Amino acid sequence: MLVKIKKSTKLQETLSGYLFVAPAVLILATFTFAPILYSIFLSFHKVRILGEIQYRFVEFKNFARIWSDERFWIALKNTAEYVLLVVPIQTALALVLAALLNAKIKGRKLFRVLLFLPTVTSSAVLVLIFIWIYNSNGLLNNFLAFLHLPTYNWLGDPNVALKSIAIMNIWSTAPFFMVIYLAALQDIPESLYEAARLDGASAIDQFFTITLPLLRPVTLFAVVVGIIGTFQLFDQSYIFSGGSGGPNNSTLTLVLLIYQYAFKNLEMGYASALALILALVILISTLIQRRFFQTEKL
Amino acid sequence: MYNPTQTENRLKILLYAILILYSIVTFIPFAWALSASFKPLDEIVRGGLNFIPQHFTWDNYQKIFTTSPLFGRWLLNSAFVAVCVMGLNLIFNSMAGYALARIKFPGNALLFSLVLAVLMIPGQVTLIPSFLILKKLGWLNTYQGLIVPTGINATFIFMMRQFFLSFPQELEEAAALDGLGRWETFWKIVMPLAKPALAAQAIFVFMSAWNSFLMPLMILSEPEMFTLPLGLNTFKGQYISYWNYIMAASMVFTLPALGVYAFFNRYFISGVTFTGTKG
Repeated sequence: MLVKIKKSTKLQETLSGYLFVAPAVLILATFTFAPILYSIFLSFHKVRILGEIQYRFVEFKNFARIWSDERFWIALKNTAEYVLLVVPIQTALALVLAALLNAKIKGRKLFRVLLFLPTVTSSAVLVLIFIWIYNSNGLLNNFLAFLHLPTYNWLGDPNVALKSIAIMNIWSTAPFFMVIYLAALQDIPESLYEAARLDGASAIDQFFTITLPLLRPVTLFAVVVGIIGTFQLFDQSYIFSGGSGGPNNSTLTLVLLIYQYAFKNLEMGYASALALILALVILISTLIQRRFFQTEKL
Repeated sequence: MYNPTQTENRLKILLYAILILYSIVTFIPFAWALSASFKPLDEIVRGGLNFIPQHFTWDNYQKIFTTSPLFGRWLLNSAFVAVCVMGLNLIFNSMAGYALARIKFPGNALLFSLVLAVLMIPGQVTLIPSFLILKKLGWLNTYQGLIVPTGINATFIFMMRQFFLSFPQELEEAAALDGLGRWETFWKIVMPLAKPALAAQAIFVFMSAWNSFLMPLMILSEPEMFTLPLGLNTFKGQYISYWNYIMAASMVFTLPALGVYAFFNRYFISGVTFTGTKG
């Protein structure tokens, strides 16, 4: 039976619409849209925040300064190195784990819960646990020595410190992408595999000719989200290094650099320019992602 | 001779072996931290690989609350902030998502495009200006400064809109016939039926508020206002060689989150895949 709705007046409908979106609009306007414009404004100014906030227009000086800022290039190099190290390994690991868990085996629910633990644990806690495990007389070195393998000064050696953070990051985020892969794997119709088996394809063949190609969109997604996430590395390097980015700038990342300029040196204008540059890099990755995925028509 | 079932069995054993090994790799840091939290300091300093404490003690847990009088306060701050942020998000994201899906008003389409645009904006851009705006509002070192800016989330507004789009409209029409307005329909009919979507959202928002580090680090400078991640960080600075205390503190911080996770596990995983593929 067709129900004829009692038509509320158009005005009422409009009013309730505004009422419903008002809190979201208010918060978005104050803490997202205004800050974006404000950020662009700040990046062209020298800002003094002690007492009353004062601005002095400096044209493109903040951006020009980035070019000759040695610490920016160190941070950029560290961040890029970190992204290139973490993203491919965590994506591959996630794929392998998902493929294994997708096999019909007992206890896969339990494995999923177990593997997901690090994803729900706070980065602050994870870092503390790992600082302790990485400690020169810690669990990891004890274990390596037990196996007669070389030990490292995981946190104190500038050549190793960033890699220590990377290992922890891979360990903690691979399961997140694993779950996304698992969902995608369960969408692949079983009939494809049946047909392949009839043709005599082995499990390995099936993986490379059916699974991998069909997972291409998810892989691209994992890579781009991974890049965006790793570009924003902050908590880990901050807590590991006590905020310094040391030893010897080896764990200095872009976001940590922005934080240091903004809140230690109180150079809000310059820090805003740096943040805009970082945002631009991340935005470009996101746009590339959108192009690749052509998200469903809304 | 080639024997397919034998190969299959061997593959299965290999599969289990890899999964069990990897689970151990995942689990060991937690187990090691948990075990340390029950060890006296001298046992930790001696080193070794024993996971079972030789002298089991609850002292560390008692001490962290007494040697650092603010520890309990940090725990309460974290819980209060995370619960408030979760509550605001559930209400505001749902209201906005519902309006975008169901109510015709001028600006609806524009607002939806803005929400989509926000999804693409990296957080770093808004960091410094948000700090200055909070300073101007006098909200530095306050609960509202921590809570209000994260009181909505564009990802979940989008998610709720998608959810309400596929929501059966008949119930709302029936409610309208009974003389209920939008507001009552929303609270009495729509929200109770949106529980699965709300559960996934609740866990995600709670976790990210509970674990958040950068935002509190930026706007909090008084130790009384610290949330646990900041508290832990200063705790680490003060008690750097007291790993027994630090691990006990880490466990106190982790257990509530793990409890929430274990309880809502099903929603959590479906939430990940949802935000993963559609966020």
